[in-house]
Amino acid sequence: MQNETTHCRYAEDVNPAFPAEIMAKPGGEALRDCIQCGTCGGTCPMSVYMDVTPRRIIALTRAGLERDVLQSATPWLCASCYECQVRCPREIKVTDIMYALKRRAIEQGKYPKKFPIPVLARSFYNMVASRGRNSESWLVVELMLRTNPLGLLKMAPMGLKLIRTGRMVFTRERIEKVEQLKKVLDAVEGS
Amino acid sequence: MAGYAYFPGCSLIGLGKPYDESLRAIFAHLGLPLTEIPDWNCCGATSYMSVNANQAVALAARNLALAEPMQQDIVAPCAACYLVLCKAQHTMAEYPAVAEKVQAGLRAAGLEYHGRVAVRHPLDILMNDVGPAAIAAQVVHPLTGYRVAPYYGCQMVRPYGTFDDPLRPRLLDRLMVLLGAAALEYPLKTRCCGGSLTGTMEDIGLRLNYLLLSEAQARGANVLATVCPLCQYNLEAFQGRMRRTFIDTVNLPVVYFTQLMGLAFGIQPKTLGLQRNFVTADPLPVMV
Repeated sequence: MQNETTHCRYAEDVNPAFPAEIMAKPGGEALRDCIQCGTCGGTCPMSVYMDVTPRRIIALTRAGLERDVLQSATPWLCASCYECQVRCPREIKVTDIMYALKRRAIEQGKYPKKFPIPVLARSFYNMVASRGRNSESWLVVELMLRTNPLGLLKMAPMGLKLIRTGRMVFTRERIEKVEQLKKVLDAVEGS
Repeated sequence: MAGYAYFPGCSLIGLGKPYDESLRAIFAHLGLPLTEIPDWNCCGATSYMSVNANQAVALAARNLALAEPMQQDIVAPCAACYLVLCKAQHTMAEYPAVAEKVQAGLRAAGLEYHGRVAVRHPLDILMNDVGPAAIAAQVVHPLTGYRVAPYYGCQMVRPYGTFDDPLRPRLLDRLMVLLGAAALEYPLKTRCCGGSLTGTMEDIGLRLNYLLLSEAQARGANVLATVCPLCQYNLEAFQGRMRRTFIDTVNLPVVYFTQLMGLAFGIQPKTLGLQRNFVTADPLPVMV
């Protein structure tokens, strides 16, 4: 990844429509106001684990270098703590831009491969859209089966503790009016 | 109308059960009725809005629409639920095009929402509606000897800073002092625990939480108070793994602020779900 990001970029790497499309999303408006001060990365508790800093994500997005942005792990490592967004001197909604990038990566199937975070997001989405509630234990089992089946063994002691303390839910939660919820979600999607 | 419309959220019926139990106990003790919002659905947390933006607002808005006829403020104890419900309101107010789609979705399902519901965190309700004097009046067992690291986490205070400062909040500190505990200076008090990263990127999640705990212990804490079920789980459940990974002595009880309130009010530890916590070392009461 290090070499990848230090390579030269050429005109054909640019998607000129990309910055405007991100700016059209709620929260993306102030993208062009960035002064590249680095307050976002400086304050981010995840930045030390990121392949591309948040400041650089903003710069790459603004430059239309879509592929670099969407293949980065950075939007996915954003845990949504909003510290950058509160501290940004240009009032850029950095967290919301990270969300817009996550959605675009999922839409285009371009998120980093074998990366569990987008898998969790999609499993969570499917569970909630179809049942109205998220059952944590089922979600964890589904995630592990999809990304790291052997990891389930490692989790057994933790699972036993949760069972012993009555914090593990075995029933699959479901709201009564699932049909009503589906109508809401379908209408929003179709509009 | 007296009382509050209760939005437990998915965590409080599972991992966060002791939060639900202790919250119900102290609200009952203070004479504040809680009525669960009928057929509430998941708020969507961080995952849903990572997949579909407008649907995420609509998902949260269904809860607002269900609560509105109750004519009570919503109490949302989970920091993620609290933020997501607040965010849905902010998004609808700031982006009329989104609001229009969401309203059309609600109407298609026979629901209405007129923007007349307030979303509140219990810390806000306890300190601002009930108030410090009324809380102090209920303290029968002052928490002497409790040196508390007051941990706010991220999503209760940010980004909107609804009822406390988004970077340097004080209300939980003040509450701990009212209960007779010492509230320690804890500069990491709003640093994120990483949320679901302990489940997806364990190395990173473990480090984030290890930093939070070791800093609290270095400052002399003997208990850490949280306001969020995910923070509580992350900080408590992985301590064994941290001790093995970092060759360290991390060992700190991590409890809900509502459990500490209940103890100070003289409520039985079992009623507060303290037997469900993994780490129940001193100064917490011994649980069998």
